[in-house]
Amino acid sequence: MKNTISERVADFLKKFPPFNILAEHQLEKLSYEVTIIHKENNSLVFAEKEPPHNFFYVVHKGAVALTKKGSQQMLDICDEGDIFGLRPLLAHENYKLQATAREETILYAIPIQEFRPIALENQQVGDFLIESFASNTRNPYSLKHRGKLYGVPNETEGNPETKMLDLQPVRYSTNLVTCSKETQIKSLAASMTQRNVGCVLVTQDGLPIGIITNKDLRNKVATGLVSITENAEAIMSSPVITYSKDLTITQAQMALMKSQISHLCLTEDGTTDTPAIGILSKHDVMVALGNNPAVLMRAIKRATDSQRLRTVRYSILNLLQGYLEQNIPMGLVCKIISELNDATIKQVIQICVDQMETPPPVKFTWLAMGSQGRGEQLLTTDQDNAILYEDVPTEKKEETQAYFLQLGKQISTELNLVGFEYCPAEMMASNPLWCHSLEEWKEVTSHWMNNPGPDEILLSSIFFDFNVNYGEKALADELSLHIFENAKKYPQFLTHLASGALQNPSPSGFFRDFLVEQDGEHKDFFDLKLRALMPIIDAARVLILSHAIKSINNTAERYEKLAELEPKNKELYLAASYASKALLKFRTRQGLQHNDSGRYIALDQLNKEEKIKLKRTFKTIKEIQELLQVRFQVKNLLR
Amino acid sequence: MMGFFSKKKHLELPEFWLKYASHFKDKLPETISENTFVVLDTETTGFNMTKDRMLCIGALKLRDNTMVVKESFEVYVEQEHYDAESAEIHGILKKSKKERVTELEALQQFLAYAKNHVLVGHHVLFDVGMINAALRRNGLPQLLNKTLDTGLLYKRTLLISSVLRKKENYSLDELAEKFRISKKDRHTALGDTLITAIAFLVIMEKLKPKNLKDLFKKQNPPKFGL
Repeated sequence: MKNTISERVADFLKKFPPFNILAEHQLEKLSYEVTIIHKENNSLVFAEKEPPHNFFYVVHKGAVALTKKGSQQMLDICDEGDIFGLRPLLAHENYKLQATAREETILYAIPIQEFRPIALENQQVGDFLIESFASNTRNPYSLKHRGKLYGVPNETEGNPETKMLDLQPVRYSTNLVTCSKETQIKSLAASMTQRNVGCVLVTQDGLPIGIITNKDLRNKVATGLVSITENAEAIMSSPVITYSKDLTITQAQMALMKSQISHLCLTEDGTTDTPAIGILSKHDVMVALGNNPAVLMRAIKRATDSQRLRTVRYSILNLLQGYLEQNIPMGLVCKIISELNDATIKQVIQICVDQMETPPPVKFTWLAMGSQGRGEQLLTTDQDNAILYEDVPTEKKEETQAYFLQLGKQISTELNLVGFEYCPAEMMASNPLWCHSLEEWKEVTSHWMNNPGPDEILLSSIFFDFNVNYGEKALADELSLHIFENAKKYPQFLTHLASGALQNPSPSGFFRDFLVEQDGEHKDFFDLKLRALMPIIDAARVLILSHAIKSINNTAERYEKLAELEPKNKELYLAASYASKALLKFRTRQGLQHNDSGRYIALDQLNKEEKIKLKRTFKTIKEIQELLQVRFQVKNLLR
Repeated sequence: MMGFFSKKKHLELPEFWLKYASHFKDKLPETISENTFVVLDTETTGFNMTKDRMLCIGALKLRDNTMVVKESFEVYVEQEHYDAESAEIHGILKKSKKERVTELEALQQFLAYAKNHVLVGHHVLFDVGMINAALRRNGLPQLLNKTLDTGLLYKRTLLISSVLRKKENYSLDELAEKFRISKKDRHTALGDTLITAIAFLVIMEKLKPKNLKDLFKKQNPPKFGL
């Protein structure tokens, strides 16, 4: 039996093991029995110790996290095509882990009753299952293929699992470059370059007898101590320090530190009497640990598709969590995470531009707006972006815009895949309203500034925090210049912008209580974004625009600059700078804790100290708002 | 509901219709998770309610975020009226190998499947209109089910703002692209049904209706207060 939907399910399943080994009629039958389940973000698939369901699960879209109860540590993240919840069914035991949707997820539930006979019947399927359970990986095949990629050490995939360091076997490079001790230094250096590796193993009868790294070449050859015509033996470190391939990440880290070397040689049994099977570099360990922005940056730059970037994003979030736990200064955290986000977006754009059939007809700029533009987007929030391209002759207008719209659409879709949500107001480069040539953008912004109604003010406040993400910076500079000149011509605009900044509802009520939302989905929650963050961000924008300072977008930095420009208000501005950082940190913490945007806060879950801290920022917000009112004479406007 | 048709007419109606109508004596459950939604799509020879005919009805049942593949519904209808242009779109050729049934038989099967459940479709009033036209041809009353339109609901997920020129209509293609749903089976009734169902789920997660009544309310454009 089959129908259109079961065919669809089969099409998907056959891309992934073990379903790819099934015969067509088996897959057809199995697909017909599937149930499609939609899981909301953070909803439970099964709990620890729960008796097994009649199904096991394959992730069709989204991601599912496997965790141990009472710990935040993620043991595994299941992505598209990954199977989970099968072992308990086969072993007739209760679930040992808890499975939760990490984002909106669609699962295929496959009934074990239908699957069991197939597994028994088909030797290869059985083997796959045994191997995957024994090696404790979801997909032993991909592990085997990993590291075999030429010159690329084991990639960062599956990074979220690395928190369980002691249990994780290390992933090492099997791209072994070897030479004999008679090999000339010149030629071994050439082969290292050609194969893009940092070290070469010197072997004799297949056994490792020495190792030569970049450092040896630098210290011993480049300094002139040894000539490039001499043999490998002259510069190799010997004997080789070897370890067993079953090394865990923690052990590897210890070993590297202990012997102060950059590469470990792994052999069959851990001694020099068995052949070498892999090389583990410091880089491999760092990637595995995932706590180093430089390593993540490299991983981003190496990524060739959005899927890979998505796994890197998980590591970025892990890194962020670590920073917050260690109380690293918020300014620094902002910088690092924004840089990583920025690099991710750049990479996505680069991939998309390369995939277009023709190169861009004219130069263009990808503008990040809103929080991304201000460098305050720590968690993944919505994408707000726009395209700005060079002016073209009238007859080319249509086709040029069509090109950039298509590019914008493609980039926006891919960004979504990486984990940047769509903007619900469609403020994205895929929307014709946010994809213009320089001339058109000048017109649009002029229109906003000359006719400052509430909508225009809202649009300006989002757009005017733009920042160049990718492409030609000169275009954006020209637009900024235009905006500043216009602001001088229409001083009314700043008054309206200031008025807009005062429109946000107040955070605290008459008795200095928190004001919570009255109705809707977030009833009784405190809206941190609207009531606390927005007022302080909006105020910074007006003030900095009134000083015609461009290229400072970050709110905290804007206040620091203002403190410099207006010494008499220094204290207030510094307090505002501090408050903006504190609020951002607050939001980020909340977001990480609940795996959402952190916008709405349940007040009863805050402790006393947190409440006091939050209230202290309200005082600053109030003072800043008073300053705006007086300075821009907002009272004169109809309020 | 039962006062809808007179006693006299009642007697003339076939057994399967009476059975279908009798389901409407039961009230629909209040919560979303207890309700079964019948997501449907029809493929037709064109857009004219009187001239054009249904080629195929596809439907699936969605309950508590779950759909069972083998419980989906797919029926192909025998054709007299035939329009070459449209058949090209849908790839349903008049003489394809698919097993077909008469229009009456298709309606009978669909009514038995749909019962009193809420019908969900993309621009659902078109599909309902097509089915109603077919019912009329066969001397039967109109569908009694309540409906939900993913096109209208989707619009409600977008921000309410006058600056955003919302389009009047969003096509199923646009939704599929937006939600990254594969469009492989576009223009087969059941394939479109699956896309609609997933879009419906994603929309519901965004709108978070409190109960069924609230969900119906959300179809209407928002009222602005001061």
